[in-house]
Amino acid sequence: MRGRPAPAMGLLRQIDAVARAAFPTGLTALLMVLAAVPVGLPGLVPAVALPCIVFWSVFRPAALPPLAVFGLGLFGDLLSFAPVGSGVLTLLVVTGLVTRWRRFLVRQSFLAVWLAYCGVALGAAALEWLLQVVLGWRVVPVAPGLYQAMMSAGLYPGVAWVMSRIHEAMSRAESAP
Amino acid sequence: MIRLSIPLRQALSRLSLPVLIALAFGTMLLGKADALLAERARMALTDAFAPIWAALQQPVATVREAVQEGESLLKLRAENARLREENERLRRWQAAALALEAENAVFQRQLHFVPEAAPAFQTVRVVADGGGIYARAVLLGIGPNHGVRKGQIALDERGLVGRVTEVGLRSARVLLATDMNSRIPVVLEGSRARAMMVGTNGARPRLQHWPEGSAPEEGERVVTSAEAGAFPAGLPVGIVRRSEGGAPEVELFARLDRLDVVRLFDYGLGGILPPEAVARPEPRPRR
Repeated sequence: MRGRPAPAMGLLRQIDAVARAAFPTGLTALLMVLAAVPVGLPGLVPAVALPCIVFWSVFRPAALPPLAVFGLGLFGDLLSFAPVGSGVLTLLVVTGLVTRWRRFLVRQSFLAVWLAYCGVALGAAALEWLLQVVLGWRVVPVAPGLYQAMMSAGLYPGVAWVMSRIHEAMSRAESAP
Repeated sequence: MIRLSIPLRQALSRLSLPVLIALAFGTMLLGKADALLAERARMALTDAFAPIWAALQQPVATVREAVQEGESLLKLRAENARLREENERLRRWQAAALALEAENAVFQRQLHFVPEAAPAFQTVRVVADGGGIYARAVLLGIGPNHGVRKGQIALDERGLVGRVTEVGLRSARVLLATDMNSRIPVVLEGSRARAMMVGTNGARPRLQHWPEGSAPEEGERVVTSAEAGAFPAGLPVGIVRRSEGGAPEVELFARLDRLDVVRLFDYGLGGILPPEAVARPEPRPRR
């Protein structure tokens, strides 16, 4: 006995699904563009990208495929005039690690996830520093990297609060019949 | 959409991350090998976003002004006292400057001095932060038919800001004097000794390579030097300050943390430009 095939998706539904799938990437890119407006804080673009990427890879990994992370990393490198590819590699490594730990992270409290995020931000800053040294072939000071990691850790709660509201709304829309 | 069997799709999704990481290494190599390609891509991207940033500039500037207004209202009294005192001092300096100007005019007449032509400049708006954590730069929004070219010198209303390093269709990038890659030949005005001002990514660039016996003194004025044909002589840069460790640093006149508008001067100098520009020098536009 065979069941009936699922009804074909209507156009509106398809648009809705596509918009929902593209939303995390689009929002991250938009935040990066906005972060480039000069407000007196240098290095805001990469500091904004990291919390978005970590949040979506923990709570909605399907919405942020590695290809999108690659694109966002390249976008950030080009926007912030960093050596091309360094941000791409950092973001991809972070995504890989976080998706591996996500089963554990999803069950933790907000504070624990934030602490884990601080560790990830420090690791990302270290990797970026290393790439900067290797690609530029000269030693650069560590302080700006630490500063960026701290800024990014400080941005995480705000970004995560807004995004978890959006994530809940999206889940509700998906579970609705 | 292509239909794939479930195991194949799973294998592909598991493979995509390592493949993309390998691609990231490839991108790095490509960016290293072909710097011109990376630069073109960057300028194309910033060209595309320059109008958006220029539009965003208005509300951002309004908010910033409101905050500054609030701050200045809070310390109105102290500010007023300070301004009164400064005004008094400036009045004395104005008298001295007027006397010196008259004296200078007399000397120039006697020597048949040929004055230098006033350099052409254009005023452009700073629209975005063009630096990352390891770079200090700003992006300028410029019109489509601009005369901006590499090597032009940016000044704000007080002093030297930096040099134009990349030019696109609607945007240009200025490397600030505080950037780690910035090396500016300067003259210490008191001793006329030459030195290099080296950016550190901090607020105050460091002074290096001054001649023996004429160490920079606290409070001495620093101006640009015409050495190497990159800058004209005598642009105001800053004042020598000692760091906590005793190393001489320059407190810049320009307020690099709140750049709104910069003036781009064309002195027609082509010294020390990025490599690809040296291979194919851009002609100075006719005026």
